[in-house]
Amino acid sequence: MNKNHTARLRRTGIAATGALALLALSACSAADTGSDDKTVSLHTPTWVGAEVNTAVAKYLLENELDYKVETKQMDETPAWDDMSQGKIDAILEDWGHPKEVKRYVEGNKTIVSAGELGVTGHIGWFVPKYVADKNPDITDYKNLNKYADLFKTPESGDKGQFIKGDPSYVSHDNALIKNLDLNYKPIEAGAEATHLAQLEQLYKNKKPFLTYWWTPQWMNATMDLVEVKLPEYKEGCDKDAKKIECAYPDVPLQKWMNADFAKEGGDAAEFLKNFNWSTDDQNLVAKYVAKDKMTPEKAAEKWVKENKSTWEQWIPKK
Amino acid sequence: MSATTAEKAAAKGGSADTGSGAEDERQGTTPRGPLPVTWLVLLGLALLLPTSALLWSGGWPDSLGVDAVTPLDSFADWVIENRQTHPLFLYFLLHISNVATDSVDGVHNLLESLGWAGVLGIAAALAWYVAGAGRKGLKTAGIAVGALAAIGLVDLWSPAMETLALMVVAVTAAAVLGTLLGLAAGLSDTAQRLLRPVLDTMQVLPSFAYLLPLVLIFGTGTPSALITTVIYAVPPMVRLTSLGLRGGAPAVLEASRSLGSTPWQRLWTARLPLARKEMLLGLNQTIMMALSMVVIAAVVGAGGLGESIYSALKSRDFGQGLVAGLAIVLIAVWLDRTTAAAGERSGAATGRWAAGIAAMVGAVALALGQILSRSWPESWTVDVTAPLNSAMEWVVNNFYQDVPVLGGTSAWAGNLTTWVLAPLNDGLQALPWWSVMLLAASLAWLVGTWRGAVTAVLALACIGMLGIWGPSMYTLSQVLVAVAIALLLGFALGILAARVGWAEKLLRPVFDTMQTLPQFIYLIPVVQLFNAGRVAAVTAAAVYALPAVVRITTQGLKNVAPATLEASRSLGATTWQQIRQVQWPLARPALLVAVNQGVVLVLAVVVIGGLVGGGGLGFDVVKGLTASELGTGLTAGVGIVCLGLMLDKLTQPSAARKPQ
Repeated sequence: MNKNHTARLRRTGIAATGALALLALSACSAADTGSDDKTVSLHTPTWVGAEVNTAVAKYLLENELDYKVETKQMDETPAWDDMSQGKIDAILEDWGHPKEVKRYVEGNKTIVSAGELGVTGHIGWFVPKYVADKNPDITDYKNLNKYADLFKTPESGDKGQFIKGDPSYVSHDNALIKNLDLNYKPIEAGAEATHLAQLEQLYKNKKPFLTYWWTPQWMNATMDLVEVKLPEYKEGCDKDAKKIECAYPDVPLQKWMNADFAKEGGDAAEFLKNFNWSTDDQNLVAKYVAKDKMTPEKAAEKWVKENKSTWEQWIPKK
Repeated sequence: MSATTAEKAAAKGGSADTGSGAEDERQGTTPRGPLPVTWLVLLGLALLLPTSALLWSGGWPDSLGVDAVTPLDSFADWVIENRQTHPLFLYFLLHISNVATDSVDGVHNLLESLGWAGVLGIAAALAWYVAGAGRKGLKTAGIAVGALAAIGLVDLWSPAMETLALMVVAVTAAAVLGTLLGLAAGLSDTAQRLLRPVLDTMQVLPSFAYLLPLVLIFGTGTPSALITTVIYAVPPMVRLTSLGLRGGAPAVLEASRSLGSTPWQRLWTARLPLARKEMLLGLNQTIMMALSMVVIAAVVGAGGLGESIYSALKSRDFGQGLVAGLAIVLIAVWLDRTTAAAGERSGAATGRWAAGIAAMVGAVALALGQILSRSWPESWTVDVTAPLNSAMEWVVNNFYQDVPVLGGTSAWAGNLTTWVLAPLNDGLQALPWWSVMLLAASLAWLVGTWRGAVTAVLALACIGMLGIWGPSMYTLSQVLVAVAIALLLGFALGILAARVGWAEKLLRPVFDTMQTLPQFIYLIPVVQLFNAGRVAAVTAAAVYALPAVVRITTQGLKNVAPATLEASRSLGATTWQQIRQVQWPLARPALLVAVNQGVVLVLAVVVIGGLVGGGGLGFDVVKGLTASELGTGLTAGVGIVCLGLMLDKLTQPSAARKPQ
């Protein structure tokens, strides 16, 4: 008798669950990306330099073109994925994502180029100026082995220490060290924030270091670093990632857009395609944020007020 | 955070195990049987290991590997190709995403529309009511008001409401899911057996590892953040619900059965009410776990307090990060005290008048919320980040180097790397795979059972086959050192806290805060003090594990019956003798739990170590997420789980051995 009761209850339970599941299914319609006409969604990247692109674009879109701007802070890879689905309309600074370009731009054609940012990025190996001043010939990679002892740390053991950047950044350092027969051990700093904190600390204490570094970088205003010359970059020399033994190429930084937004985004899309400023402009606003501790909004406002002639050309003509 | 559950279990174990302390004494009087075997095994290992390292090459042979990375990466490609068209997405997964987003948005809109005064008032009324009204409720209500007002005061009201909205939905989902699974585990032994390894994995697998697949499937922002949080927060609810159901007094159940009630009636009228206390503790733990995921949620764009911390990390603004972290702690304190008070009250009637008063306070607050500005007034905020930043700067400047006699943190870090971490890693890397297995198996067998030994060996085999032997040994060497440091410091502080009343009073709030504070906050200071590298990673891990170790140790030592202690004192034992010969042996079970928890917690922050230059598996997990290498990240995550499984067997005397 008890058993029967339980069984019946269980059957009812199963039936109810089934009904609920059906109900959920019957509400079937594919998810909507939910972009309305006057809202633009921009990616806020994880480093200050690129954050200010977004801040300035947001300020102008909101105050000059009457758009509402949503900014989404996240890592780059998820941001590319979001952009392909239209959840983010544009990324304003990209240092090169060959894998994603292949997947979304050439592959399912959900992302298109929005032109260049106007800033040219350069990646390389750098040492502090106080090291280069003392050892002038250190700026050629051929002499690096001679100085391996100088860069020795407990972490790198009997080799010189090479400090790597954030794991998501373009880098061939491991291959370069191996292929150029350098007596160095690449050490992961883990993330950009910790990489910067480490360099700042070493610089402050005048310790020698050799690191992956790039320009534009707002910290170049406070840290004087000198580049170490690597074998010259030639077209195609970086084709096979394992065999690379040449320098990093100069990267004109790119802007990317969701394909539908590029077509139907109206003035906003037009404005973002026109957005183009110099390395100095970007560094200046980045310094406002990182050094002077202004909020990105305040920094953008300050720059916009002082540089009308630059941004006027970005506003689409009516 | 998982510490607290285990701790409470430890406290229970500690008191229940006074019996096994007696067993130890008995062993002491009879000639020790197992001892010669132990020494023989250890001697054998001591001879074998160096020989094997000399004669064979270290590591795992490539020929025994399985490639898991390629299929995982092609799975990612498949998801991206098909998510816009495949029915699985259109009719199922996307609905989950939408429901998640809509419900969090809904709660957030509700909180916004209440206004700050409304939220404050309702939180206070609710806290007062569930704490049993009257004077006792006033204290709980005061904590709620104080915590929320402090958050407003440091200008974090609006991100805090975003976080709160996400937490409300995540905790609700976790509580419902956890109760259902807990019911299954509590009523059926099979379900219990099946769920256990799943729950363990959910807690040890770093969330960074499965964040990317979640993002690909469910999209960024709220859905992924919510699901990650639920995955991490569900286990305690399941465990404690099941524990509560199984622990119901047999007499009550028997009485209920003899009255002819059906199994369902018994469940509703007897077993569930009896399990109420455990279930509320489960809810409390679930909330705490969910709060520890706030920063992880921000990594995929969920906003809130996590984003404040994440962007403070970017601009290396320690003060801003710490303040936002403390805001999370305040939310935790508020919710913890409210739910704990509800648990303690345990069903005592509150009366209708209390409900009336609470409702009235809520209504007045609501009205105030509508009249006053919705967001926290800007003039009522203070900036505390600047002094925090200068304090940190002072510490870094004065301790980094050139400290007279002591040398400074950078020198310590160097010595620890050169003399401990590097040799340990070199040793582990030089050992051939089978001798590492033999070592793990023998140790597991010595402390536990042969079953534990088999599990440890299988876990190591899994690591080898996935092709991550090298990075795993690298990580293992750091984990061992971090656990050793946490235990040394933890035992010392634990003894201190157990003997000296004011020390415990002083340490307790500090440790409570440390456990809830997101680890992202101390990444920058750790790097500034110890330089990026293994020591920074080890320090971050030890700092995270320390509070739990201290607390379990204190608890264990204090649980030793006062009469026993008194007896030893009257026999003229010195303080040190009391600790070493009475408290220490009697508290052994609790201390073993402390060791085990130390291991679990250190493993939980291996990924954080990856962010400060720890390399190894932690770095691979980070890289998997940030560089979109799904295979690399997940494989490394599984590696961490395997290490956890092995170390668990090495540190946890099996339950099967205890009852003799």
